[in-house]
Amino acid sequence: MIVADKKPIAEIIAAVGDKRRLLVLGCNECVTVCEAGGKKEAGILASALRLYFLNQGEEAKVDEITLERQCDHEYLEEIRDVIDRYDAVISLACGVGVQFTAEKYQAMPVLPGVNTCFMGATEKRGLWTERCQGCGQCILARTGGICPVSRCAKRLFNGPCGGSSKGACEIDKEVDCAWQLIIDRLTALGRMDDYEEIFPIKDWSTDRAGGPRKVVREDVQS
Amino acid sequence: MAYPSSIKIVRVPCTGKVDVIHILHAFEKGADGVYAVGCLEGECHFNQGNFRARKRIAQAQQILEELGIGGQRAQMYNLSSSEGPRFAEYAIEMDQRIRDLGPNPIKRMRRSQHSQKGLHP
Amino acid sequence: MNTAKTPSKLEKILAAGHLAVTSECGPPRGSDPDAIARKAELIKNHVDAINVTDNQTSVTRLCSLAACIRLKLLGLEPVLQMVTRDRNRIALQSDILGAASFDIHNILCLSGDHQRFGDCAQGQNVHDIDSMQLVQTVRRMRDESKFLGGDQIKRPPRMFVGAAANPFADPFEIRAARLAKKVKAGAEFIQTQCIYNLDKFETWMAQIRDRGLHEQVYILAGLTPLKSAGMARYMANRVPGMDVPEAVVQRMAKTPKEKQAEEGIAICIESIERLKKVEGVKGFHVMAIEWEEKVPEIIEKTGLYPRPAV
Repeated sequence: MIVADKKPIAEIIAAVGDKRRLLVLGCNECVTVCEAGGKKEAGILASALRLYFLNQGEEAKVDEITLERQCDHEYLEEIRDVIDRYDAVISLACGVGVQFTAEKYQAMPVLPGVNTCFMGATEKRGLWTERCQGCGQCILARTGGICPVSRCAKRLFNGPCGGSSKGACEIDKEVDCAWQLIIDRLTALGRMDDYEEIFPIKDWSTDRAGGPRKVVREDVQS
Repeated sequence: MAYPSSIKIVRVPCTGKVDVIHILHAFEKGADGVYAVGCLEGECHFNQGNFRARKRIAQAQQILEELGIGGQRAQMYNLSSSEGPRFAEYAIEMDQRIRDLGPNPIKRMRRSQHSQKGLHP
Repeated sequence: MNTAKTPSKLEKILAAGHLAVTSECGPPRGSDPDAIARKAELIKNHVDAINVTDNQTSVTRLCSLAACIRLKLLGLEPVLQMVTRDRNRIALQSDILGAASFDIHNILCLSGDHQRFGDCAQGQNVHDIDSMQLVQTVRRMRDESKFLGGDQIKRPPRMFVGAAANPFADPFEIRAARLAKKVKAGAEFIQTQCIYNLDKFETWMAQIRDRGLHEQVYILAGLTPLKSAGMARYMANRVPGMDVPEAVVQRMAKTPKEKQAEEGIAICIESIERLKKVEGVKGFHVMAIEWEEKVPEIIEKTGLYPRPAV
């Protein structure tokens, strides 16, 4: 899922500026799972903002709504009738949701309430780690299910580098060396012959480098 | 057991039922302090509830501190259900702590707003 | 392994069967045009080729290419070190041609230390291709006269292609397989990470020989003389992929401070003498960073001076 982390309240308050009718818009999907922007977090942020303004001696209206998602038109339509009651929206969705909301409600300032970090998994509650960078050409079949693009700090295709030490990456003892993991996995699968094949140069044109991407499925379009 | 009349008790089956939002809402409504009294650690009747409460109090403390309201206004205490005198002790301690901190600053702001008629950002 | 394929002096020496000697110079953190020349001056008669590092440890310095050009214009034999951290495939091919236009005939292909270690920890890294793919790229440019994109190269580079090897990095079990890959990619010479654990190095060399790799690629053993006990301890504890046995640290530590530098040189000399006897070692890469003036002494005391003419 997309993993995000809460923005510091001070940063949100600074972005709000002089707006005093605010809607905190939560999202029921990824940001709920990583406890950054779901219904619960929206409630807490709204309450914190109300306390902030009260403490400043300022009048403010801060409401909270949580949508199923903010990356689909249908769900964003649900706030059409109420959005004019506000002069800014703080969206706790990932960067996708913030943008989609802003695109739909062009006259409304839409501010991000979380920092969108990566595509990753819940290793345990409170610990989410990166697994995918959306390179557009998945090679996991060749690397025993471990991605060197997202898990190797140098995205090497023929690693490890000379900095791999006791299974850890040179950048941080807490970070696994992706190539150690790949080698362990290929060994367990009896596929070390695959390791000796040189991985060809990557086509990055389907990655961010190629420009903003899209997926089109005419077979499901109406 | 006597404890200060400033304390208003809200009963919950387990402090694990208390969440961050409840604490913040209390402050929004003008509470000067909020504290949770749970079972001794390791003896929660519902297993982990008091550990959760402690973490949530800590989260609320952080938020209140960042907002300038004062993190110390939220506290976690633990005791066994039979320890009546200790309950009173905690109440007196919390009452004194809040008296030292003063009232919830939002009330001061509200009061000054009322007395400055016509001034509104 | 007997006919040199390029005009590289380093290749010629190795092809003729001599033990080669290389060293390295780090460019300055400024634009002083003579800094690299001054360092090279100290070692030029005692080495066959001089590596110029490429923003080593991710610390921004004058670029390797410019420094190599300066050395070439002084009549010396540079080895262009090129990391894949900072440049995409366009820039890499472009810089290779830039070097080739000055008839620089040696290149060492590396990944590069992560930028976290350097002065621009907030920067992007590129890693468009990795060091092994860079070896393949240079070979293709040289042997097929082709760009990666497929177009013809006018006046292709004539470079002797090298890669680095670290017998001490983890996982140890695949270090020989990794060297095999580099040879398969087209590496013609290898310079290893500096060696303090000779036992482990010899174990690695045995694995290399088992695969016959010692006859497919020229291996130059890396050495760095220790200046002090402090340096020994630092290398042992703080440098990833570095193996400094406790015995070596202790030997330095037990030496009185004013004699430690001398002891470090002695260890280096002893290592070279021992490594000369290891089958498959075809030369030495002496990295005396900011201590270049000691290189002549080491080369002389190990009987490697004067350097052969080719």
